[in-house]
Amino acid sequence: MRVFLSRDASARALGAEAVATAIRAAAPGVELVRTGSRGMVWLEPLLEVETPDGRLAFGPLAAGDVPALFAGGVPGAGHPRCLGPTEDLPWMARQTRLTFARCGVIAPLSPDDYAAHGGLTGLRRALAMEPAAITARITDSGLRGRGGAGFPTGVKWDTVRTAPTRGAPSRKYIVCNADEGDSGTFADRMLMEGDPFCLIEGMVIAGLATGAERGFVYLRSEYPDAVAVMRAAVVAARAATLLGPSVLGSGRAFDIEVRVGAGSYVCGEETALLNSLEGKRPVVRSKPPLPALEGVFGQPTVVNNVITLASVPAILAQGAAGYRDLGIGRSRGTIPLQISGNVRRGGLLEVPFGLTLSEIVDDIAGGTASGRPVRAVQVGGPLGAYFPRALFDTPFGYEEYAARDGLIGHAGIVVFDDTVDMLEQARFAMEFTAHESCGKCTPCRIGAVRGVEVLDRLAGGAPGQEALLRDLCEVMAAGSLCALGGLAPVPVLSALTHFPQDFARERTAA
Amino acid sequence: MSTPPHTDPATVTAAVHAILHDHAGLEGPLLPVLHAVHARFGHIPPEAVPTIADALALGRAEVHGVISFHHEFRSTPAGRRVIRLCRAEACQAVGARALAAHARDRLGIGWNQTTEDGAVTLEAVYCLGLCACGPAALVDGVPVGRVTPGTLDQLVATA
Repeated sequence: MRVFLSRDASARALGAEAVATAIRAAAPGVELVRTGSRGMVWLEPLLEVETPDGRLAFGPLAAGDVPALFAGGVPGAGHPRCLGPTEDLPWMARQTRLTFARCGVIAPLSPDDYAAHGGLTGLRRALAMEPAAITARITDSGLRGRGGAGFPTGVKWDTVRTAPTRGAPSRKYIVCNADEGDSGTFADRMLMEGDPFCLIEGMVIAGLATGAERGFVYLRSEYPDAVAVMRAAVVAARAATLLGPSVLGSGRAFDIEVRVGAGSYVCGEETALLNSLEGKRPVVRSKPPLPALEGVFGQPTVVNNVITLASVPAILAQGAAGYRDLGIGRSRGTIPLQISGNVRRGGLLEVPFGLTLSEIVDDIAGGTASGRPVRAVQVGGPLGAYFPRALFDTPFGYEEYAARDGLIGHAGIVVFDDTVDMLEQARFAMEFTAHESCGKCTPCRIGAVRGVEVLDRLAGGAPGQEALLRDLCEVMAAGSLCALGGLAPVPVLSALTHFPQDFARERTAA
Repeated sequence: MSTPPHTDPATVTAAVHAILHDHAGLEGPLLPVLHAVHARFGHIPPEAVPTIADALALGRAEVHGVISFHHEFRSTPAGRRVIRLCRAEACQAVGARALAAHARDRLGIGWNQTTEDGAVTLEAVYCLGLCACGPAALVDGVPVGRVTPGTLDQLVATA
């Protein structure tokens, strides 16, 4: 009899290690498999029990619950703590898990588990295809960059495929951007901790498609668990010939190095990331040249987000059409929504594009944890817009959010109740940008500092500050070199536009 | 705080040479080298900088530029317990601002400072990916969710 318990950082943060120890003590004969997370963070630590009819869910558990839970042997469907079959829980039943199909199901570092649950199918297909056919299939699927910029992945790959290398070292690179710094996002982390071979497989396919034989995973240091899992996965992948001089005996080479950041948000910007890989101070680069033509070490480089690359194996395995048929408008396929902040049910939910914010926040997340009314939702990380309830009919898609002066970013959705002070949130956006600015361009380096000052004066009731703030935001948006300074005005202006009452502190004449 | 005995200049130089040797095959090795030095000493001793610069054919200013850019690299040793508290939006939505104020009051220090007795270093961090179970912290590298003032007091008391 096997039972499953997540080792995801969010489960560990909620006591999963103590629960694991308690299970080993209470039921020494039971095989305890540590998995990634199913994404239902509010149910973590979540224990699953294997039965002939699927896995049964028990959670959230504390270590103290375990002796009673196992008092009559391994608990079954009749146990009062049983939530039912995991796959039948409403959170699971409404998903279309393609990228996260194995996450929470398999032992993350078992190549056998990976292959038994559909892994390597995409790679085997790709090994039998011409590089141009692979990039064409990715283009056909409609897959766009999941890091937030939304650039068509197949087009980027094809640019690298046809780009000439330059001088020594004459090689191309696949760089996975795993510097998931946006608050409210954890899809990359969960994928890497729960199904690291899926990311590796996607990177190998990208290598086959473009002629690159080397890859980097640039992973943020704030994710020590993910770093440990990815490093172990690379070693295991070499042993299983998923990486190495002859991938799956094909004679084609590909290998990966895991690189760890050191606490810098701007390293998630692709050109800063490339400088960091090269050992330079990670300031952003001017574009052009595009990284696809002159990326890391001056060579043609694919830079893709974790989820973009991890979506590739399923697309190759199941065909482009099945993926493209999901979604809305120009947002095709599935998106792993990450729901967090003040919510009753927070976690990761992979669905086709198109859910409205109201469906996500009111229905799926169940409203706030505090029980107070939802006041604002920030979508897309610290550079995303704050939406009021009046915009909750916005369907989840790249263009749909842009049309309302927002962005989906990396699909993080952070919910605030009515105690939030939107002026404070606007100030934080500027403070954060000042803290993380690389300093290369003046609108961001100086503008963000001035932004904090203007908002402080506004909070103190000084007159004329709103016009100054709007003017400053215009300069930052138009004049910054990268998205950090360029998008910092988005949360600020959305807060100002949608929640003007929080900014109305001007002193009236006595 | 007393200086740990292993940070005398000769020890640092020897350790840095060994680390440089271990990273010899890497492309653009500076960041991994700095991480290894940081892991070895708990900070990057200033005397390590010229050794690293010489070995990698970089200027000292270039090495210093990379070290000083990153929030995570310390130039002095940390306390016995390092509490990295998330200050970002998802944690703000569930009380991180008040929690941060409590932490600073309780410890009597600001961000990125260490208590006088060397017990606790408090560092600000902007997202740990634990957004659905905030307020979140990383305590000596271990994730902790739904941190309360009581949790913090206990972490401080046992440091």
